[in-house]
Amino acid sequence: MNHPSQAARYVADQERAHWHDNVIWFMREKRDQAVNVIPEWEELRELGARIKGHTLSRLDDYLERFESQAKQLGVQIHWALDAEEHNQIVAGILQAAGARKVVKSKSMLTEECHLNQFLQERNIQVTDTDLGERIVQLRQEAPSHIITPAIHIKHEEVAELFHEHFGTDLSASDPDQLVAVARDALRRTFIEADAAITGVNFAVAETGGFVVCTNEGNVDMGTGLPRLHIACMGIEKVIPRIKDLGVFLRLLARSSTGQPITVYTSHFHGPAAGGELHLVIVDNGRSQLLQKRKFNKALNCIRCGACMNTCPVYRRSGGHSYGYTIPGPIGSVLGPSRKLKQFYSLPYASSLCGSCTAVCPVKIDLHHQLLEWRKEIAGAGILPWTKRFTMKVASLVLRNTWLYRTSGWIARVMLRRLPRAVVYHRLNLWGRQRDFPRIPDTSFRQWYAQRNHEQQK
Amino acid sequence: MNSKNKILASIRKQPVREISLPDSNGFGIRYEDPLGQFENMLERVGGVALRVADQAQIAETLESIEVYRSAKWVLNGVPGVQRDNPDEVPVGDPRALEQLDVAVLPGELMVAENGAIWVSTENVKHRVVYVIAEHLILVVDAQQIVHNLHEAYDRLSFEQVQYGLFISGPSKTADIAATLVKGAQGARSLHVLLVGPPPPTPER
Ligand code: SF4
Repeated sequence: MNHPSQAARYVADQERAHWHDNVIWFMREKRDQAVNVIPEWEELRELGARIKGHTLSRLDDYLERFESQAKQLGVQIHWALDAEEHNQIVAGILQAAGARKVVKSKSMLTEECHLNQFLQERNIQVTDTDLGERIVQLRQEAPSHIITPAIHIKHEEVAELFHEHFGTDLSASDPDQLVAVARDALRRTFIEADAAITGVNFAVAETGGFVVCTNEGNVDMGTGLPRLHIACMGIEKVIPRIKDLGVFLRLLARSSTGQPITVYTSHFHGPAAGGELHLVIVDNGRSQLLQKRKFNKALNCIRCGACMNTCPVYRRSGGHSYGYTIPGPIGSVLGPSRKLKQFYSLPYASSLCGSCTAVCPVKIDLHHQLLEWRKEIAGAGILPWTKRFTMKVASLVLRNTWLYRTSGWIARVMLRRLPRAVVYHRLNLWGRQRDFPRIPDTSFRQWYAQRNHEQQK
Repeated sequence: MNSKNKILASIRKQPVREISLPDSNGFGIRYEDPLGQFENMLERVGGVALRVADQAQIAETLESIEVYRSAKWVLNGVPGVQRDNPDEVPVGDPRALEQLDVAVLPGELMVAENGAIWVSTENVKHRVVYVIAEHLILVVDAQQIVHNLHEAYDRLSFEQVQYGLFISGPSKTADIAATLVKGAQGARSLHVLLVGPPPPTPER
């Protein structure tokens, strides 16, 4: 896995890359509008960050409190150390209930654990019911964005997909028509489902309940019909009090799609009459991340997607180029914490402009963490030699005044004269998708000296 | 050691220093005219707000709503509201609600900031009714309004409420080409009847 090479494939389709850039930027603009009408926004972010910080500082207490409260509500609690155990538990519950058809609503955690495949291998049919997830599921792809999973796909392509799977007309390619097709197909699936699996946005230690946010209502359709509901959550989802929901729900929707709140904010405090409610609490590397002082703030994340919407690299390279379940800046700090060797290139998929840090509703120091990861990665000696070599040269040049001036002069002269093929060669990774700006005739130094000289005249 | 204890033990190795838990009491935006703000927001999120002078006018207002008039099956959960052909079969299996055209149900509390209405299982037999109906009509006492979500959570109680929901507009999706489309999996439309006199303008 390597971000630059994947991204190169993506930007080769210029038209699509530009389209993606615009669509994603549109979400960022909507976020700005929704945030600007809240005068206390910055204080709200501060509150969110502090509540998360507090919770992480005594996460063990809050998880235990949550468990005992939830049990009192009749919720059955399971703990899973890793993805494998999570999948085993979920499959076990489904098999015990004889469930064959399962509807699932957006959950990045089950995506992270590759639950679908695990269940399918055991003859349990899983249908993703969030429209975007359904589309990527039918295309046998992974989501490319955590909020809008199919954002990389154009509506004509969705029409082709639906034509293939539901036999609908190819000309019915309006988003309106396509949503109607999906609605009808999914209604049947909901009616026939034996069980529902959902994610969790927030779990409340005080009450033992949990909250899931959607716009489509698929969580409520899914859990409202069959008698079995399994919810899966990472250990970092717990918050102390019910009133903290006021803080996080306000932060979440405005940051993510620019809505004042999601259409449906569903609060579960116990199973439906005659039903069963299970909750699987999953670690899968999170507690190890919690132990890393420089990086544990990443666990504040409420998965709003704002950092990817604002990221110039994400917008132009697409979610799949990251090769990790969660793309964008937050994925680039989480990926290496899971598998350093596999995801070493992600912290470099950033210009370190800091826009992610500026929009993050829970104040994760994203671009600082990206830089910290680069240090760890360089220290671990896993960078490719081209990068190591150029960095060595750069460091040498930057430390030596004479060398610096001379190479500046050489560059100015040579870049203007050399044929293109010599400058944009294999080692010039930077120049693959980019051209150098016009080379000025004088260096800054010369220009500055000249200006001073003229002013003194 | 079981998984739970392993996870907790691993968590206890964390170096995060204790940070005090901040309070959000009295926090959040307030509006001169919360009901007006609510109506505005509801419209922005794709819903329709209708003011109703008093209880007696509810039936008449309902008749003015096209989807209600043309509905074959209406489920009525608001006391005192009758319709000529109320088909209120008490259903055992929630799947039987699949063909439901319109649900008329009480809403408990409105939030001015975001146009959301709180509903819960206190008023219905099957939770799914809020989303499975093709069209949803909520009837709310116009006095039951708060400025923002912080206030809402101060007011709500979660004891004995296994399921509760903030609803802000009809079901929608922007998953196809980032185009906003109403009527994804849940109700295709949302009408909110605001019954009775609006709350007195709050002293600031
Ligand atoms: S890191 Fe911050 S901005 Fe990015 S998804 Fe998480 S909460 Fe949102």
